[in-house]
Amino acid sequence: MFAVFRDLIRYNTEFAIGLVLVGIVVIFAGLSFFSPIDPTLIYMAIPDQPPSAQYWFGTNSRGQELFWQLSAAFKNSLIFGITVAVLSRIISITVGLAAGYLGGWVDRVLMFINDIFVSVPIFPILVLFYFVLRNNMDSFTMALILACFGWPFDARLIRSVALGLKHREFTRHAVFAGMSTRKVLLEEHLPYVMPIVFSTFMNNMLWSIGMEVTLAVLGFTNINNPTIGTVLYWANSHSAMVVGVWWWIVIPVILIVMTFLGLFLLAVSMNEYIDPRSRLRRMGA
Amino acid sequence: MQGYLYFVAKRALLMLAVIFFGVSAMFLVTYLSPIDPVEQVLGRLSARSNLSPEAIASTREALTAMFGTGQPMLTQYYNFWTRLLQGDLGASLMAFPTPAMELVMRGMPWTLGLLLTSTVITFIVGNLMGGLAGYFQNNRFFKAFGIVTMGLQPIPYYIVAFIILIIFGFLWPVLPISGGFGMDVRPAWTMPFVLSVLQHSLLPAFSLVLVGLGGWFIGMRALVSNIVTEDYVTYAELAGVKRDTIVGSYVMRNALVPQVTALAMVIGGVFSGTIITEQVFNYPGIGSLLIDAVNAGDYSTVLAVCTVSITAVAFAIFIVDLLHPLLDPRVRAE
Repeated sequence: MFAVFRDLIRYNTEFAIGLVLVGIVVIFAGLSFFSPIDPTLIYMAIPDQPPSAQYWFGTNSRGQELFWQLSAAFKNSLIFGITVAVLSRIISITVGLAAGYLGGWVDRVLMFINDIFVSVPIFPILVLFYFVLRNNMDSFTMALILACFGWPFDARLIRSVALGLKHREFTRHAVFAGMSTRKVLLEEHLPYVMPIVFSTFMNNMLWSIGMEVTLAVLGFTNINNPTIGTVLYWANSHSAMVVGVWWWIVIPVILIVMTFLGLFLLAVSMNEYIDPRSRLRRMGA
Repeated sequence: MQGYLYFVAKRALLMLAVIFFGVSAMFLVTYLSPIDPVEQVLGRLSARSNLSPEAIASTREALTAMFGTGQPMLTQYYNFWTRLLQGDLGASLMAFPTPAMELVMRGMPWTLGLLLTSTVITFIVGNLMGGLAGYFQNNRFFKAFGIVTMGLQPIPYYIVAFIILIIFGFLWPVLPISGGFGMDVRPAWTMPFVLSVLQHSLLPAFSLVLVGLGGWFIGMRALVSNIVTEDYVTYAELAGVKRDTIVGSYVMRNALVPQVTALAMVIGGVFSGTIITEQVFNYPGIGSLLIDAVNAGDYSTVLAVCTVSITAVAFAIFIVDLLHPLLDPRVRAE
């Protein structure tokens, strides 16, 4: 594990850059655990102060210090993304491994359901959920809904790997040795799909945080809970760009771009690492 | 031919399943929600004007009859479907008494036009550039193009649209940033109107293309750079087949098959993007309608937009799937 990590950093610039970007954002978000002020409170500082030694990222029109506000927002959004990714990974691993290994009608039924989930446009459904739940829609409910829609692509990928594993020698040995199906899947096949799970984990986080930003910007979430999207929502509703409070928009956008580029680079470089051909090409062997 | 018909039947079944599942999920969400549409509508009506208690009572009765609430779940579900099949989703509340369906149909051409043009442009340009970048791997231009599109790809659509809005609305105002056509033209099939529509659609379409390009580019480049190492390509090169023919018919065509499958898979996502585009650029499609309806608490219109979009996306996927055998002869023979 550690050797893999060292190789990735040494031979893959993209991975190194991604790691640095994500690292900065994670440390910044982690600072929020030591925040001296409650980020949900308003009018705790002088409004509309530009970035200065006292207020590093300035203050917004709601009288919040942007530094702590953003720190809390990124913490909440990252936790949200990780929750969705973990939950949807559980579904996709179960479905993918079961469909690939069991085959037959189980496979056909699961893949049919999979196709349905791929095809349903999620955004109108999410808006509908907000429409009926209104302010009862907190981050966790939204994470659950997104997790229900975030698994099908990755389940298909995992299935394709599991299909190949099914006919390998060691699977047959395990079956002859009397291992139960559950044990074969968890102990023999799961390690092989772990690299895919890691790289799709990042992609899933990108997708879910992006969805959250989109919904929040429209005002379709709990707007009092600081997240990346709600920071932008409040900036928009105070017309920050027009009245000249540019730091309220520019600083979050820079941080968002850093987060997304970082996660994306990590996902891409891990994907490349999984494929031995491109890995060898990069290492110059 | 029989293989093709079997393929079409399978895909049609999937389309119907998607519509059925999506609409049923929609029904369940609204049915299980703690919010009663009748009370919501009443609250909105009585907030605007003074109604006598008798009027409120009879309105409540009429609304209960219209929404069909208060009946057992299965009856409601059955009624929901029968009304849906007749294309009747009740009157819109925002623009009473216009039927919600009519509002949706008014917005549909705008959304379809935007979605169709931007998807076609994105697909063609992304795959062409990606394919060429995969074939000519050391070309500087394609490398630079790849870095730019890959950098844009992961950023949430909203942020990109917003940055474009700031650049073209604030720093360098050359293109209209809001509306579907100019205020000074009359909507009719005349030259100034068409030009105005095109001019207004430039920025929304451009933002959609910009965000979509990266995915196709990366996918196609990866596919082509794998196919180039195949024996049959080397053989064709040795046999002196013209380079254009190799790139066009031997390499790209093969790589396009999975890309068309992918196209069917992303349509739903592109549709979500269009909703945001319309909101950001204030474009008069069904995305703006959906957001207005949610903000106005307009039950029928929200349901109508959701139903139509689920059906439309399922149908679009079906159409793309039908194109599949044209590229891949194996599907026809199966």
